[in-house]
Order: sequence, then C-alpha cells, then structure tokens
Amino acid sequence: MNLLLLILIPLFTAIAVLLMRNPQHIKWVALTGATTQFITALWLLLAYQNERAAGNHFQMLFEQRYNLFTSWHISFHLGVDGISTAMILLTAFVVIAGVLVSWKMTKMTKEFYFLLILLSLGAYGFFISLDLFILFFFLEIAVIPKYLLIGIWGSGNKEYSANKLALMLMGGSALVLVGLLGLYFNSPERTFDLIRLSEIGISTETQKICFPLLFIGFGVFTALFPFHTWVPDGHSSAPTAGSMFLAGISMKLGGYGCLRVATYLMPAGAKEYANIIIVLSSIAILYGAFTTLMQKDLKYMNAYSSVSHCGFVLLGISMLTKTSMTGAVMQMISHGLMTALFFAVIGMIYERTHTRQINEMSGLLKVMPFISTIFFIVGFCSLGLPGLSGFVAEMTIFMGSWEHPDAFHRIATIVACLSIVVTAVYILRAIGKTAMGPLKEGYANLTDASWNEKLAAVILVAGIIAIGCAPFWLNNLVGPDTQLIMQKILLTQ
Amino acid sequence: MPNVTYITLIPLLPMAGFIMLGIFGRKYFKNTSGIIGTVLLLISTMLAIHTAYGYFFEYGKLDGIYQKMIPLHYTWLEFSKGVSIDMGIILDPISVMMLVVVTFVSLMVHIYSLSYMKGEERFPTYYAFLGLFSFSMLGLVLSSNIFQIYIFWELVGVSSFLLIGYYYNKPNAVAACKKAFIVTRFADVGFLIGILILSFYAGTLDFNLLIQKLTSPEASEFKNAVTTSFLGLSGLTWGLILVFIGGAGKSAMFPLHIWLPDAMEGPTPVSALIHAATMVVAGVFLVARLFPVFSMSTTALNLISYVGIISALIAAIIACTQTDIKRILAFSTMSQIGFMMFALGVSGFGGENGIGFTASLFHLFTHALFKALLFLCAGTVIHYIHSNEVKDMGGLRKYLPITHISFLIACLSIAGIPPFSGFFSKEEILLAAFQHNIIIYFAALITSGLTAFYIFRLYFHIFWNKPAIVKSDHKREGGLSMILPLILLSIGAAVAGFIPFGHFVSSDGSTLENTLHIEFSIAPVILGLTGIFAAMWLYLKQNNRPQKIAASMSVLYNIVYRKFYIDELYLFVTKKILFKLVGRPAAWFDKNIVDGLVNLTGNATEYISNKIKVVQSGKVQQYAMYFLFGIIGLAVLFIYIWK
Repeated sequence: MNLLLLILIPLFTAIAVLLMRNPQHIKWVALTGATTQFITALWLLLAYQNERAAGNHFQMLFEQRYNLFTSWHISFHLGVDGISTAMILLTAFVVIAGVLVSWKMTKMTKEFYFLLILLSLGAYGFFISLDLFILFFFLEIAVIPKYLLIGIWGSGNKEYSANKLALMLMGGSALVLVGLLGLYFNSPERTFDLIRLSEIGISTETQKICFPLLFIGFGVFTALFPFHTWVPDGHSSAPTAGSMFLAGISMKLGGYGCLRVATYLMPAGAKEYANIIIVLSSIAILYGAFTTLMQKDLKYMNAYSSVSHCGFVLLGISMLTKTSMTGAVMQMISHGLMTALFFAVIGMIYERTHTRQINEMSGLLKVMPFISTIFFIVGFCSLGLPGLSGFVAEMTIFMGSWEHPDAFHRIATIVACLSIVVTAVYILRAIGKTAMGPLKEGYANLTDASWNEKLAAVILVAGIIAIGCAPFWLNNLVGPDTQLIMQKILLTQ
Repeated sequence: MPNVTYITLIPLLPMAGFIMLGIFGRKYFKNTSGIIGTVLLLISTMLAIHTAYGYFFEYGKLDGIYQKMIPLHYTWLEFSKGVSIDMGIILDPISVMMLVVVTFVSLMVHIYSLSYMKGEERFPTYYAFLGLFSFSMLGLVLSSNIFQIYIFWELVGVSSFLLIGYYYNKPNAVAACKKAFIVTRFADVGFLIGILILSFYAGTLDFNLLIQKLTSPEASEFKNAVTTSFLGLSGLTWGLILVFIGGAGKSAMFPLHIWLPDAMEGPTPVSALIHAATMVVAGVFLVARLFPVFSMSTTALNLISYVGIISALIAAIIACTQTDIKRILAFSTMSQIGFMMFALGVSGFGGENGIGFTASLFHLFTHALFKALLFLCAGTVIHYIHSNEVKDMGGLRKYLPITHISFLIACLSIAGIPPFSGFFSKEEILLAAFQHNIIIYFAALITSGLTAFYIFRLYFHIFWNKPAIVKSDHKREGGLSMILPLILLSIGAAVAGFIPFGHFVSSDGSTLENTLHIEFSIAPVILGLTGIFAAMWLYLKQNNRPQKIAASMSVLYNIVYRKFYIDELYLFVTKKILFKLVGRPAAWFDKNIVDGLVNLTGNATEYISNKIKVVQSGKVQQYAMYFLFGIIGLAVLFIYIWK
C-alpha cells in the first residue's frame, strides 16, 4: 500500500477538473475520483488489518520518507496507524456523499468541485503526515477552500460567516504554528518529526507552554468552548456539501490534532491541563445541547448540536483513559458520518420546501418517505440509539470517564450523561414538527429523493449502521493506538 | 442441552421481518406483509414454547434448582479488561417465562391486527414496527449482560415511539410519542448512571458475575460498594436506586407515569402488546433480574415498595374518573404494575422469603394475559363504535357476544374473583405484603377494591347501561382473526391461575409451594365483590347517581379527573423552567456574549485599522513632514535622552 496514492488521487482529480470544460463531465470526473479514493481507503483498511494480523507491531505502518529541507530537518514523512486509518475512511465516506448530493450544482461547477476536492486533499494529507511541518501545511490547505465555498456558494449572511470562519480558523492555525515552532526549537534535536519527537521527549516546561497553544489551536477547529461560534454561522451559510465537509471532516482535523499532536507528544501538559478541558467540554456538551433546544433553523440546530457532540470528543480525550480516548475517536467517526448525513438531509429538504425553519414545515413523511426515513435514522443516531454509531461512541466515553473514581470526573460524566435527554428533546421536536404532523398545504407535489441523493444517504447510513451494529472492528482498529498514547501518559508522573 | 440456534432464532425472526418489510414492504408486500409477520412470529412462538418445555422439564434443573445457563456469549464491545458489552443469551426461569409471554401475546396481536389494521395505508410499516418491537423485547428478556439489556431497553423505547406515532398525521399522536420517548429517556439516564456505578464496583457488566461479586460479603468489591457513602447512602444503594429509576420510567411508575395514558394514541393492538403486556413490565423484569443485588439493600427495596404502592393506589383512583376506555385501561395497567413492583419490594431472597418475588412474576404473567385481552376487546369495541369515549357506548352485549364474554372473564380476573387467574396471583402478592409490611397490605387491599370498581364501571358502561346506538352496516366482531385471539386469551386468563407458578419461578431457583389460605383470601374477595356491586348499582342502568356523587365532591372529583395535575406540573417544569430559564438564556448568552466577544474583536480590529490608515495617505508632503518630525524626534532621543 503506497500512501502517496491517497494524496495523488485527489490531486489528479483536482487537476483533471480544472482542465475540463463541460460541467457534466466535471461531475463525473469528481465522482470517479471520489469513488477511486473510497475504494483506496477501503483497501487501506484491509491492507492495514492484514499487516496487523500478520503480526506487524510497528506503531506506524506503510511509512515513507522524503527529505524536503534537509537543513531544517523537515521531511515528507507519511504513515498510518489505526486512528488515522479510521479518519481516512471517514473522509472517504463523507467526500463521496458530498460529491453526490451536489449533483445539481449549476453555479461555477468547475470551481466548486475543484475546491471540494482540494479540501479533501488537505484532509487526507493531514491524516497521513507524520511530520508536523507538512501536517500544518495540509491543515492550511483544508482551511482556505472553506472560505471560498461559503463566500461564493453560500446562503444567508454568507460574507460575514465566511470571514468569521476563516479568521477564527486562521487564529487557531496561528496558535498551532506557534506551538509547533515552540516544540521545534525546544526539542534537543531540531525536528518536526512526530515519532522522533515522541521518542526523545519534550521537557515538562516546554509542554506546559506548548500544550495549551496546540490544544486550543486545534480545539478551535473542533468547536472548543468558547471558541465555537464560527460553527453555527459557518455551517448554516455553507452550501450543503460545504456543511457536510465542514462538520464531517474539518472539525475532525481539530480532534485528531488534539489527540495525535497535543496529547500524544505532551502527556505531561495533557495531565496538567486536563481538568480545565474537562470543564470546558462538559460546558460545551450541556450548554450546546440547551442552546440547540432554542434553534428554529434546522441547520443552526444541527450546527449547535455539533458543538455538543464535539464536546464529547474533547471530553473523551481529556479524560485520559484508554477507553475514553477510544470513545473520542469513535465519536469523531460517528459524528462525522452522522452530521454529514444530517446536513445532506437538511439540504434535500431545503431544496424542496425552500425553507429551513422547523415551524414552517409539517408532514413531510407523507410525500418524502425516503428522505424522512433517513431523517429519522440520523436523528436517532444523534440521540444515541443503540444499533447506530452515536450510541457506541458515547457509551465508550462514559465508561472510560467513569474509570476515575473521584467526584470531579464523576460530576463531569453525569453532566455529559444528562445531555442525552436534552438531545432527545431537540431531535424529536425537529422530527415531530417537520416529518410528522398533518401535511402542509402546497406540499402535496413535492418529490422524494433522486438517485444520487439516495445513494449518498445509503452510503452514510451504511457507515453508521456498520459501526453501530458491529463496533468491535472499530474498537479493535483504534484500541491498540489509544493504548499507546495512554502508556505515554501513564509513564509521566 | 438448549439448542442455541433455535433460541437465537426466536428474536432474529421478527428482526428479519422488520428488515424485509421495512425496506421492501411498501413495494412488494403491500397486502401480504401481515401474513409474513404473523408466520415469522408463529415460528418464534413455537420455538419459545419448545425452549420453555425443554428448560423447565428437561435440562433446566440441577439438584432440584433451576440453573442460570448462558448457552451463547459473544464479546461485542470491549471497554477494558473484563469490562465489555457482550451479546449473550441467558436462560433462567424468568427469561424463559418472559419468552413465552412475549411471543404469545405478540402473536395474538399480530393475528388480531390482520383484520384490525386492514386497509391502513402503512400496513407493511405497521408489521415492520411490530417485528422490531418483538425483536427488541425478546432481546431484552434474553440479555445476559447489563449493558445488553440497556441496548434493548432503548430499542423497545424507540419501537414504542414509532408505534405510538403510527398515526403520524395526528398532532396528538406526535405529541404522545415524543412525550413517551422523552420521559423514559429521562429515566434511562438514571439507569445508565446506575449501570456505571454497579459496573464500577463489580468490575464487570456480565449479570452473573456482577450478581456474584456484589452479593458475596467476602468480596472486596462488595465491601467497597457498601462502605463508600454519598449523602448517607452506600454506593451500592445509589446504583440500585438509579437502576430502579430506569425501570420505573419504563414501567410508568409514579411520578414518571405521565407518558402511559397519552401513549394510548397508538393503534389499540399496540397498546395491548407494548403498553399493557410486555414493554411496560420491563421495569419489573429488570428489578427481578437484579433481585439478588436488590435484596442486599433494604433502602432500595423500601423505595420500590412505596413507589409501587403509591402508583397502584393513585392510578386506581384516577381510573375511577376517566371516560376514555383506553385511558382507563392504561391507568389500570399502571396500577397493576404497581402491584408487581411492591411485591418485589416486600420480598426477601431465597426459599419461603421469596414469595413476593414469585408472586410478582406470577402477576406479571397473568396480567399479560388478562390485560392484553382487555385491550383487544376494547379494540373490537372501538372498531365497532368508532369512539373511545364510554359515553358513546352501552348495551353492546347483544351485538358483540364473544367480546362481551371475553371482557367479562378479563374483568373478573383483574378484580381478583376466584377461580380466575388474577385471583391467585393477587392473593400471593397480598400475602407477601401482609407478611412484610402491614401498611402496604392495607393500601393494597383498598386498591384491589377500587380495581374491581373501576373495571366493572367500564364493563357496565360498555355492555349494559343505556341501549346501544348501532350502525347496522358494520361487520360485528371483525373476522376470525379478531375473534381467535380473544378466545385464546380468555382461556388463558381463566385458567392460568392453576399453574403451580412457584414450582417454576422463584427467587433462588428452588421450588416454592403455592399455598392458598382460604381464610386469608376472604377479605380481598369481599372487597372485590363490594367494588363490583357498587359499580353495578351506579352503572348497570342509566341513572343520575354517578353525576350526583361526582357533584357532591366536585373539588376532589376534579383533582382526580385532572390526574392530580401531575401533567400540568411537568409542563410547567419543562416549558417554563427548562426552556425559558435554561434554554433561552443559554441561546442568548451564546449569541450575545460569546459571539459578541468574537464580533467585538473583529470590530475593534477594524476600528483601529480605520484610525491608523489615514497615516498612509499617499501625499508626499505629508510623508516629508512625518520624515522631518521623525528625524527631529530621533535626534532628540539620541542627544538628550539616550546619551
């Protein structure tokens, strides 16, 4: 398995899209690229599992290294472990679904698909880089397209949202950059190499300064309270595929960074600041849920619920147990699939009813049985119904958090548990108002999903059910690597 | 030995039905879906009976004691060493008994719905949901792991949600299904935290190991669990109370009962299956499943007893004033589950002490039969009259003869009149209460009198009272598929009491002799008869006595009629407090303070840059002036200040 494929396929697709003229062809090229990438990602999963089954115990598999700037010790170093394999799979699922739901995009088709693919390129690159410098490079690649996607194809107050999102994420990136440079200049051996850095260790003083920089920097991406306000505006203004990518992929970049870079490299820093993050993420979980309760716009509702759900990711990481971290990774995957599907469904509904206001819709189940059924499924996933992915992730985080016997961690866990009631309230309210109830006048002629929408939904639902009904494979994929991170934390006293 | 394939097929067949009818039903099985669902469930039922026969008479007993067997066990999600969610099958007397009850009642409902739901637009969906429910409920009773039971617990909740909201275009049904889900969800958080606490002490999620570790006084886990205290109660007690809250939510115990009456918005056969016979008794089942651990904590048991008896009494009182036939039955269900709950609460563990345990599950068994029967009869009546209100009914005994007889059998059974089944189970419950807690005993006596009264009030209202208003164009009692379940359930409700239940189900698996004390049963039977005669005096013929009585205590009557204003209280808490005092400020805070700060940063940057941008005007003269002043300034700096 050559990891370069994961970057080259989107790169070539993007170039091909640029060279095309006919919008019809562009779509098919984009879809072909996304499908190839999807197959490659599945292949990666199989290859990875085969290697592991064959007894390969290296931390990273399929490593490749090319020197970029020898004098600065920057190299193009790639490799994957279970966590990044899972994230790559997630990205592939979301990308293919995103391409499918934008099938009817007529405005500047070429540029639109180019940016989508560029964004996915950034995400793939980010997840496989083992060198902090190129990791940062890919992170930035994933930020810029969002600005344009919202600014050009967005709706509502789109300029404001695009500015806000780009500036806040850039602010986060700036913190990340400062943190990375801090690591680079304070390590005994000037290197950006993730594995090397973790081997030689970083002094506790440096960790205490760099950990908050990196954690907050990445945290902005994953809606760390109180730096989450770009989420509602950004998601709501973005076009459907844009919201899907934003919530399904971009927010996960932050979570992955928090885990892989901040926590893994700086266990002492993680221990030092864990309690503060626990407080912030517990607030995000419950407060996000209550804020969601008051939203009237479906997209705002899902965006705020993302704040609440991503709080679980940060809570799982900061609880610093193997189980809770595994749960955090599961929650990233689960939330990525679920929220992408959620935005896709909202987009489908909006295209037909031309409204996103919950109170203005009623009885959609009658005319759009397929879309409404998906809406039910994704809603149930969001409120943590067993058999769907959300349940597995949340329960793993709860179990992991409960391993701490002290009152502080207990209270945080209970606060997080309480959110599942609030989630049920807002989800059922939205479903009850829109899908159920008497059919609204004038809705009788609305059509159900078209083939591309059905396919997109089915792909994402398949992912959700695969995790929800058979969580053991994800657990086995991710578990050993969170165990490694945990070992490093246990070693620091 | 048990045949694992057969047992796994029992829940999986309905699941297969759900998947098949759910995905392809609308297209390919528009008319045949009912038959498909019913046949699948018929096979399940036969397998369940086969399993029960095998367990009770062939391989279940070892040295005279029924064993807990785990023929299938499979790690589903491992959290850490030893702590994992396992999908497994447990065979013990209660799970096997429940298997039979669930499949049988579900089969009856499947058959009944063939005619009752005929012509519905979403007929395949209905059977798909029934399949999902049957799967979840069977999975629940077979669970060998406490987290597994939680998984199925949620799944029965969602099936109940889907079926209550079956008539999704009725706003009442939508409100009801939301309410049912949210109230039980709230209780489930308790259950979840309870699981976390218990598993923390026991270090396992497996039922058998958990019970073993938490009940053996030598084990260090046990010492930990009972010595660490929080707010005066031990860790173990807290865990148990929280688990019980989950059970109370699902079983509609006071004060979490408010969803059950509203749940009657669903189709009537669904009420018979889910909200009378099976799902609502899951709470009782849960406490029974963990009973060895519950019996370690007197506080938890006392709580269960009092919650049970209060629910029983309150529901019986409310049932006397309601006018909607299904709501009367819903309150009656709540009251009867209250009986089962307090029977567990007053029970001890092992041997003769465990009479409450046996009685509770015996009552669960008989109640499933007669309550399902009551609901199905009510379904026939509603089908015939097209109304749920008792005031539209009357004199139907001539028009619905089979329904009339079946309903009468069920009423006599629930009223505790010998020799019908309810009599036997209720006697045992009263006996257990009498031996352990005299206050509860007297409250239970009063409740059983009230039970006889309200159920016969309903009976006379439907079948006697005023002459019938009949629409002659209507088929009387539906087809055979609606009559057959009534007959089968009537036979069950009439004779199930003679089963020597203690021989099969007891707290520790040993044999418990059923002894009927004639002198002891005199008081409850007389009270029951009094209730019946009172109902007869008031409702046999149309008269104005009921109105007079209601008017004479109008304040009291209204309070009861409005169900003690508990719904209004909940509405106040959720709408006024949670939405207005928490949700709205949170949303405001986010928009104006958190986001306000973000915007403030942006605006401040813009303001400052606006102010300083005038410096870069492009005018050479200005630049020259800045240059000059700069030079002078630097010169001053170097010459005078820096030196």
